[in-house]
Amino acid sequence: MTEPASASVTEHAGARAAGPTAGDASNPLFEFLCRMGDDRLILGQRLAQWCGHAPILEEDIALTNFSLDFVGQAAAFLKLAGEAEGQGRDEDALAFLRDENAFRNAKLVELPNGDFAFTLVRQYFFDAWDVLLLDALSRSTHATLAGIAAKALKEAKYHVRHSAGWVLRLGDGTEESHRRTQQALNELWSYTGELFESDEVERALAADGVVPSFASLRAPWETAVRDLLAQATLVIPDDARVVTGGRRGRHTEYLGHMLAEMQILPRSHPGATW
Amino acid sequence: MVATREQVLDWLHEVKDPEVPVVSVVELGVVRDVVVGPDSVRVDITPTYSGCPAMRVMEDEIVATLQQHGMTNVSVRTVFNEPWTTEWMTAAAREKLRAYGISPPLHLQDDHPTLVPLRRNVVIACPFCGSHTTTLRSEFGSTACKAIYTCNECRQPFDYFKAI
Repeated sequence: MTEPASASVTEHAGARAAGPTAGDASNPLFEFLCRMGDDRLILGQRLAQWCGHAPILEEDIALTNFSLDFVGQAAAFLKLAGEAEGQGRDEDALAFLRDENAFRNAKLVELPNGDFAFTLVRQYFFDAWDVLLLDALSRSTHATLAGIAAKALKEAKYHVRHSAGWVLRLGDGTEESHRRTQQALNELWSYTGELFESDEVERALAADGVVPSFASLRAPWETAVRDLLAQATLVIPDDARVVTGGRRGRHTEYLGHMLAEMQILPRSHPGATW
Repeated sequence: MVATREQVLDWLHEVKDPEVPVVSVVELGVVRDVVVGPDSVRVDITPTYSGCPAMRVMEDEIVATLQQHGMTNVSVRTVFNEPWTTEWMTAAAREKLRAYGISPPLHLQDDHPTLVPLRRNVVIACPFCGSHTTTLRSEFGSTACKAIYTCNECRQPFDYFKAI
């Protein structure tokens, strides 16, 4: 934000030419911190799209409060990512001057919001995972990462309380709310597997105690999710597909459109300030 | 200009949370440390909520306030070594909140220390009439740190400063 415009532009051009390639594990810490930051940035941007459109005022405020938390968390993780990379990119450069294929978020978070049920089922899947991941990261051997995770964990705990409450109410609610929530679940289930995928980045960092094994989060997540969905009278679809690729920069067609909207101001007016 | 750590902390009481302008950044627990060097001062702060937009304002005001007191080389560092908690708010700060019309945060052991329950039974007192029969309207309010309640006795809506 404080950099001169020309520096940002040059860095951006450089990043495009020599940016991380698919599955690059040469700087696993940078890769991982981008995943953490990007999941939050993209989900935060999606949730902000509910501003002025939620079914009731209280939910409008709730979803935008969530958005604020996620964008704040993203700033902290991306700032640390920039430091890990050591190329002079700060959180703003990473958020606004990277192209779609440099984003490392899971595909789950970039999907369009759909209806309120779709947004809340997606949110619950994310939050139930986020609490487990952040709890493990709060014990990371990387002190700053552990500190940011401990801060974010407090927020994740009230996020999951809220999203779980809505999945329960919508699933076990009216015929219409049940139908829409079950449909959201059917559409979203195959996107959850990506959250637990292991790869070189995880193995390199887990060896030093920086991150937990991602796969180890699967069992406690499924236990919590299955229990809540059963209470909500919802049925997990018989769908073993795992839609993946986001962590390697291969995204759905939806991400580019969203980034265009999100990034246009800093890209059209580099270095602009209020 | 050389000042003591205590003097700097005293001056920092002038910097209020812009969203809750009755408590200072020191009372709020946002200021974690002050390090006074021979010709500089560094203030360590920690965010209340990750996305709290007031943090940047508080940072700027910390610098401006200390400059007004003659400190020239002022830096502010954001630290994450311990996550902020409402437990750091003093009894005096809690009373200031109540007098301002915001129900102060409960202590964590009375609220939700570790578990993530779906349904909670937490009693929040009305800051206006003191009644304990109040209703949660929304866990999310005008700022990240507040929830919206209504008093069943005096019918007044009010903010509750959430315990985290």
